[in-house]
Amino acid sequence: MLLRAENLTKRFGGVAALEAVSLGLEPGAVHAVIGPNGAGKTTLLNVLSGIYKPDSGTIFLDEGEITSLPPHRFAQAGVGRTFQNLQVFFNMTVLENVMAGRWLHERCGLAAALLRLPARARAERACREQAAALLEAVGISRWAESRADSIPYGALKRLEIARALAAEPRLLLLDEPAAGLNPTETQEIDELIRRIAARGITVVLVEHNMKLVMGVARHVVVLDYGRKLAEGEPAAVSRDPRVIEAYLGAEACST
Amino acid sequence: MAILVGLNAIVCVGLNLLVGFAGQISLGHAGFFGLGAYGSAILAARYGWSPFFSIPTSMLFVALLAWAIGRPILRLRGHALAMATLGLGIIVSIVLATEDRITGGPDGMAVPALASFVSGEKTWYWIVGGALLFAVWLAQNLIDSPRGRALRALHGSEVAAGSLGIDPAAHKLSAFVISALFAAAAGALSAHYAGFITPAKASFLHSVELVTMVVFGGMASTFGAVVGAAVLTTLPQLLTVFKEYEMVLLGAVMMLTMIFMPRGLVPTLEKALAAARRKPH
Repeated sequence: MLLRAENLTKRFGGVAALEAVSLGLEPGAVHAVIGPNGAGKTTLLNVLSGIYKPDSGTIFLDEGEITSLPPHRFAQAGVGRTFQNLQVFFNMTVLENVMAGRWLHERCGLAAALLRLPARARAERACREQAAALLEAVGISRWAESRADSIPYGALKRLEIARALAAEPRLLLLDEPAAGLNPTETQEIDELIRRIAARGITVVLVEHNMKLVMGVARHVVVLDYGRKLAEGEPAAVSRDPRVIEAYLGAEACST
Repeated sequence: MAILVGLNAIVCVGLNLLVGFAGQISLGHAGFFGLGAYGSAILAARYGWSPFFSIPTSMLFVALLAWAIGRPILRLRGHALAMATLGLGIIVSIVLATEDRITGGPDGMAVPALASFVSGEKTWYWIVGGALLFAVWLAQNLIDSPRGRALRALHGSEVAAGSLGIDPAAHKLSAFVISALFAAAAGALSAHYAGFITPAKASFLHSVELVTMVVFGGMASTFGAVVGAAVLTTLPQLLTVFKEYEMVLLGAVMMLTMIFMPRGLVPTLEKALAAARRKPH
C-alpha cells in the first residue's frame, strides 16, 4: 500500500463530512472516489492532502504516519493535488505556474537567489525546459507565455494538472478534473490520466462523470453522507444495489 | 532631493517584496529605517566605530529583530503582521524619543560622516544611486528565482502553494527579513548622509508614507516601487504650500489610487501602453 487511511472522521459543526472512512491505495493504480453531492469527496481529498486535519483517524504514507503534518509536508512526502475550484496562480504566466510547481526540486539558498550565482542561471534554464515539456504533455503549450487569467477554462484545468505533476508526486489527487468540460476535452483528460498512471504515479480521481470513472479506474470507493458505502472494481460497484439506491435517491431529491 | 528619493526608493523596493509579492503589510518599516539609522549612528558616534562596520552591524541587528518578530507572527494568517509591526513601529519611536542619554531624545543626535573622503552632495549622489541599483538588482534576482516564484505563488493561492510543498510561513518570513534589511540599510545611509537624525524618521507617519509609495507606484513591480518613491517624495516638497495638509494629501493619494488604479501607477501604465500598441490609431 502506498497510502493507508484508517477511520478518518471529520466534522464541521455537528455535521460529519467524513465518518470512519478507511481506504488503501495500491501504488500505480487509478482509484476513483464517487458519490452524490455533499458525500464528503472533496473533504476526503483535503484530509489526504493535509489541508484539513481529521478529528480522528490516521494516515500512513509508506507506513510512516503523516496525519498531523502541515500541507507543505504532505507535498514533500510526495502527495500532489489539483483543486475543484481552480487555485491557479493568476498573478503569473502559465509557464511560471508550472515552474513554481517545481519548487521542491528547485529550492535554492537565499544568497544564491539574491546574487544570481552562475549555477542558478543554468538551473533556471533547466527548470524552464522541464516546465515547457509538461505544458506540451498536457497540451497547453501555446499559452505558455500568457498570463494565467487570460486562458480558457479547459486549459486552466489542465494547467492545474501540469503544475501538480511538476512537483513529481508519487500520489496525485485529482478533484473533478473533467467538471465543466465538453466531451472532447473530457476524452483528453481521460487519456491524460491513463498516461499519468502509466508513468507509475498513483492517482485518486474524484469525479461525477461516470463514463470517465468506469473507463480509467481500477478501484472505486463510493461515499454517501460521509460514510463509505461500497468499494471494489468499477463493474461490481455499479451493480451494487446500495450504490444504485444512493444515486437514484439523490437524483429523486434533486429533481 | 535626489538622494532622499533614492533612500526612500531603497526602502520601497524592499517593502514591495513583502507587500507586492508576499502579500503582507508592514506598518513598521519606518521603525526598521530608524533602528538602522540610530544603530549605526550610536555605534559610530558613541563607540567610535567606523561606519563601514557600524552600518552592517546595525543591519544585522535589524534583520535579527525582524526575524524574531516575524517568526511567531507569520505563522498566523491574515493581517497579524500589520498589527504587530504597527506596535513595533510605535515602540521604536517612543524608545528613540525617550532614551535621550543614548539617542539624544526628540532633539536628535549628530552622526559622524561615512569617511573623511566622503563629502559633498555629488559623492553621496553616486553612493545612494549605486546602493539603489544594487537593491533593485537584488530584488529582481530574487523575484526571478524559485524563491520569488514561491512568494508570488503564495500571493496567488496559499492553499495551492502549500500543495506544491511551499512553506507559507518560511517564505513570508524571509521576505519580511529582507525588506527590513533594505529599510535598515537605507536608514543607516541616511543617517551618515544627513549627519543628524531625529526620531521623526521612525514615526508611524513615515511607515504609512512608505506603504503609500509602494501601493501608488504599483504593487508587485520593482520599477513601480521606485517611481512611487520618487513621486511621493518630491510632490510634498514641491507643494510646500500644502505642508500642513501632508497627511490629507497622502490619504487622498491612497484613496484615489485604490479607486482609479488599484494595481498602481506603473502596472496600469504598462497595460495601457500595451493596449495602445496592439491597436495603433
